[in-house]
Amino acid sequence: MLGLDRKDTGLLAVVAILALFAPFILNPFPQGSELAQFNAGYPDLMQRFVIFGIFAIGFNLLFGLTGYLSFGHAAFLGVGSYAAVWMFKLLSMNVIPAILLSIAVAGLFSVVIGYISLRRSGIYFSILTLAFAQMSFNLAYSVLTPITNGETGLQLSLDDPRVLDGGGVATSLPLTNFFGIEMRATETLNLGPWAFQFNAGYYLCAILLLVTFYISIRIFRSPFGLMLRAVKSNQQRLSYTGLSTRPYTLAVFVISGMYAGLAGGLLASMDPLAGAERMQWTASGEVVIMTILGGAGTLIGPVLGAGVIKYFENIFSKINEGVLHGWFGALPDGLENAIVWVLARFTGEGWHLTLGLLFMAIIIFLPGGLVEGGRRSRALFRRRGRRGGAAEEDAAKQRAARPAE
Amino acid sequence: MGILDVKDVGKRFGGLQALSDVNLSVRENTVHAIIGPNGAGKSTLLNCLVGKLMPDTGSVLFDGQSVLGRKPHEINQLGIARVFQTPEIFGDLTVMENVLIPCFARRDGAFELNPLVSVASQKDMAAKAEAILADVNMAQSRGVHAASLSRGDKRRLEMAMCLVQEPRLLLLDEPTAGMSRADTNNTISLLKEIKAKRDITMVIIEHDMHVVFSLADRITVLAQGTPLVEDTPERIKGHPKVQEAYLGTSDAAA
Repeated sequence: MLGLDRKDTGLLAVVAILALFAPFILNPFPQGSELAQFNAGYPDLMQRFVIFGIFAIGFNLLFGLTGYLSFGHAAFLGVGSYAAVWMFKLLSMNVIPAILLSIAVAGLFSVVIGYISLRRSGIYFSILTLAFAQMSFNLAYSVLTPITNGETGLQLSLDDPRVLDGGGVATSLPLTNFFGIEMRATETLNLGPWAFQFNAGYYLCAILLLVTFYISIRIFRSPFGLMLRAVKSNQQRLSYTGLSTRPYTLAVFVISGMYAGLAGGLLASMDPLAGAERMQWTASGEVVIMTILGGAGTLIGPVLGAGVIKYFENIFSKINEGVLHGWFGALPDGLENAIVWVLARFTGEGWHLTLGLLFMAIIIFLPGGLVEGGRRSRALFRRRGRRGGAAEEDAAKQRAARPAE
Repeated sequence: MGILDVKDVGKRFGGLQALSDVNLSVRENTVHAIIGPNGAGKSTLLNCLVGKLMPDTGSVLFDGQSVLGRKPHEINQLGIARVFQTPEIFGDLTVMENVLIPCFARRDGAFELNPLVSVASQKDMAAKAEAILADVNMAQSRGVHAASLSRGDKRRLEMAMCLVQEPRLLLLDEPTAGMSRADTNNTISLLKEIKAKRDITMVIIEHDMHVVFSLADRITVLAQGTPLVEDTPERIKGHPKVQEAYLGTSDAAA
């Protein structure tokens, strides 16, 4: 279907179901219950899941396929955000022109940065991209204040021209919309004690996630993707095979930059402001961690990694000392205080520590990320379930490995 | 004039004159071996032929076109393929993918952005790759990761990757270095088969006299960066200068 083989169609279907039913899936605990704070099914967070999923998918096209580790990808996300907000200020509150412009601007920006950075590989490439991103951050923060509004960040204002919307007449700030459908619009479905929220902006992001995920599968399976993996594996052999590696790496760098631009444009479309901190090196590092945590070079890994990190950042970080005291209230005071003190280092504001430990554990025990974890546990279950039938299974595997005639 | 003409090539590394006045003419459809003791400049000469090194003087013509100053991928596009001393393959990819890459590279000729074409849909490429794998007796390992192959199989795979591009000239840099006797003999018969099946010129740099005398039509002996003598294998065997170059060095070592 859609030019995909059965396995890839299945994968796309799984992602589609997860994305479209996320308001249910991420909201498993009833309102008012003790566990309700672990629900992630509210619009703002769900939007972040998919937007950073798109960002990580794009990053993985570069890093997962070619092995070029960019440490400056947040620059493209930031540029995309600025471009989108300018579109809201000058042209229209419709998100489509804003998103298109953010992709285009990020693409152009990545042509320039890629052209220069890709002259080197390995650590030198990483350092060059990091340098460019920090330069962009500093420019946005100070020198380019007329364009970026510096420290305050770029925001909408009442006297923006907004040519297509008639501009200037509004008494309150207008809202971003998709041909009239406001991005902020949320329908709430009350089912008993559960309240499921369906947000227009989220669904726009989710559909774009599916489109970008689909494109990423196609790239993975194309001759272009094969050449990119060849670049990662052995550049010398590829050049002695008659192909220059530069156009391939540059092309995927730009595609990856456009993905980041799209993510930036979507962030601005959900909440029309853009700040320089989006371009900072910590933001670039975050997407690296997302991709490696989920599984670099796998299709679904980056999406999973983005989900885990955003969940930690938004939910785990809410478990502060007060919440912990509530949980352990039944214990004797001294013990309660001791346990709460220890756990509080790892939760609430200490969520970075837990994430760091998790990241280390994954790098050491599962270098292939969460996807490898899933693969290993599936293999384990299969071995347990079919002990004795191993020979049959091997035969079946061999049959499956033979390409279709 | 041969298919490959090397004229007055010289190369200096700092104080070391690695090559001087190298003149060599390789005739089409022959196997030409370049032999010589360690440090004779064999590998330097090969690197000058594939664009990895730029000689200081002289010229290298392939089929009348100069190869000097061209990048390795451009030289490959002229029809020169190279087999390395340690097999250079795509270790992370499967054997089949390893062979598909040169197939696509040959067909497209240059960079091609085709992200929405699926590899699986390119049946003609797959057929070509299958055929060459069958040629080198590797069809049964098509799904294996190339890095896990034995050394002999890696060599076969590398040859398949070169041959599928139908090069006119195949350069082999010590193709049997570090191989067991059995693997060496397999490689010799593989090369003989390849030669019998198609029109191809080979330049072999080799240490192992057994390999050289089994395959070569002509032999150039290189010593201290200069060709000592060029002749047929039979005459080279008894040539006093060659005896001297080889036995002389081993005398000095002993």
